[in-house]
Amino acid sequence: MTPDVTVRQKMKHEELGLTNAQAIEMYRMMVLARKYDERALLLQRAGKINFHVSGIGQEAAQVAAAFALDQNKDYFLPYYRDYGFVLSVGMTVRELMLALFGKVQDPNSGGRQMPGHFGCKRLRIVTSSSPVTTQVPHAVGIALAAKMRKEDSVSFVTLGEGSSNQGDFHEGCNFAGVHKVPAIIMVENNQYAISVPIAKQVAGRISDRALGYGFPGVRVDGCDVLEVFRVMKEARERAVRGEGPTLIEAMMYRLSPHSTSDNDLAYRTKEEVDANWEKDGIPRYKAYLMECGIWSEEDEAKLLAELKAIIDDATAYGEQASFPQPEDALTHVYAEEERGTWQ
Amino acid sequence: MAVMEYIDAIRLAMKEEMERDSEVFVLGEDVGVKGGVFTTTKGLYEQFGEERALDTPLAESAIAGVAIGAAMVGMKPIAEMQYSDFMFPATNQIISEAAKIRYRSNNDWTCPLVIRAPIGGGVAGGLYHSQCPESVFFGTPGLKIVAPATAYDAKGLLKAAVRDPDPVIFFENKKCYRMITGDVPDDDYIVPIGKANVLREGTDITVIGYSLPLHYALQAAEELAKEGISAHILDLRTIQPLDREAILEAAAKTGKVLIIHEDNKTGGVGAEVSAIISEELLYDLDAPIKRLCGPDIPAMPFSPPLEKFFMLSKDKVKEAMRQLALF
Repeated sequence: MTPDVTVRQKMKHEELGLTNAQAIEMYRMMVLARKYDERALLLQRAGKINFHVSGIGQEAAQVAAAFALDQNKDYFLPYYRDYGFVLSVGMTVRELMLALFGKVQDPNSGGRQMPGHFGCKRLRIVTSSSPVTTQVPHAVGIALAAKMRKEDSVSFVTLGEGSSNQGDFHEGCNFAGVHKVPAIIMVENNQYAISVPIAKQVAGRISDRALGYGFPGVRVDGCDVLEVFRVMKEARERAVRGEGPTLIEAMMYRLSPHSTSDNDLAYRTKEEVDANWEKDGIPRYKAYLMECGIWSEEDEAKLLAELKAIIDDATAYGEQASFPQPEDALTHVYAEEERGTWQ
Repeated sequence: MAVMEYIDAIRLAMKEEMERDSEVFVLGEDVGVKGGVFTTTKGLYEQFGEERALDTPLAESAIAGVAIGAAMVGMKPIAEMQYSDFMFPATNQIISEAAKIRYRSNNDWTCPLVIRAPIGGGVAGGLYHSQCPESVFFGTPGLKIVAPATAYDAKGLLKAAVRDPDPVIFFENKKCYRMITGDVPDDDYIVPIGKANVLREGTDITVIGYSLPLHYALQAAEELAKEGISAHILDLRTIQPLDREAILEAAAKTGKVLIIHEDNKTGGVGAEVSAIISEELLYDLDAPIKRLCGPDIPAMPFSPPLEKFFMLSKDKVKEAMRQLALF
């Protein structure tokens, strides 16, 4: 990527309607997600937490998507690697840490779900589960409600490329196409479904499937934050114009193992992983910002120090926070007023 | 008050709820223009338009999943599964999603969804238009399950289901659609979810069940009365949560209990009803708890003699009741 930047020519982010401050904030979110993720991996290795599922290598597309959406109107159905996304729509690192440690104040689930299973009504993040891709029909239903209520909001859902093989992906996309609902479906194609590589998951291009559903499918370099932003912005504009859904296939690479329970070198080589680190979206975007003259090594050092302080604080906060009471397990199976009558 | 068929009572409940609340809508296969393959949704398309009587693609998991999404943002969808036999592709959406949305979000998100599904055989429906899938969903925390036997309850329970803050499965019996008629008030009444109902007072034996087989029990009770056998009949109406108090009261009344349902015997709702009575009342019983249910074979073969073999009937229920009385 060699942005053609001169004093008089608009920089790419400006062409896309982003201010310098927004462009820098996107970078900040990408790095924050990365640093959170690295800390979570460390905490698991240190035996402080049980489990972490990583999104390292996927931050660019996640952050770009969040910045292209309307945080006051849209609904979000991120999948379990979307730390960059949820941080960008307002979840705090402290909140992520509460989930990671399984603490009672975790806004996602009060410590009921494994970390990475997002949900927070305050932030318009819809609750999610582990059986993959069940969220696609939900996103379509939320978009259907927006259409019926004549609201100018969209629902945005993500999933992995392996998950795109589930029936719910097909059923949801088909429904979305037939009823032309304002939904954006973004597949984060990170090349692996745990150990099974893309070639053993799909024989064609996932973005091409949109043709069969009657709406546009776009493949985009998921490590190019501004390109993903551009594609997302267009998709959102189409959706609110009443032109229906868009399928986005963001190409990337899962740089981490599947989860902390996975040894990825049992099925892929270190050389392959190293080669993909070269394509990492974070240094690429940093280089772009520096070429634009709006970022410096000094800024970088300051940012890293700031983020380390945030993550240190959140780690301590999460570790020290209270666990749920054992009997809290009994609450919220049904609406609260009915407790006691039949629990 | 009007006398109407069970199916008309279901339709009336939907019409009234859709008139009352513009966020209530029906979705499913053939529910729009055609008005449903059984005519259950007939007239809703004309009255409320295509968005609120929404013909969906033929894909049950999407019907459930889309309804869940809409419910999570406050709509009140009534999702129709054309036959409960075709509900299994949506099982993951119902059990792992709808049922757990409140719990897994720690009460942040809710899923006020109704899923209507016709159950039961005796309609020459063969193996895939006759099933009673209650036991698949029964025991899933977070779900409520109702199964009305009368036209009155069909209307009142469906209206209660629509207004319930949690997901409710409404198992309507397709043989009851036209066979059962009853008084149904025009007014806006509710049959509370979780409350059983005594259909007949009696002193010798207690029959507990839900849905169609209760009509066989009522007919049998009439005939057995002439033989001097007095039967007490309890309609569970809601099978999750079970009305424990009503079950225990009905069982204690006679000390002899027969549980009936068309779903397979093993792992059916009757097993749980039996366990509740055993836990609380074993020493008050005068006879072993008996169950008369569908046999443990796939429900149900098509050929008439095979179908008849599977189905409960007035005569089968009557004989089981008589044997229990004589114990």
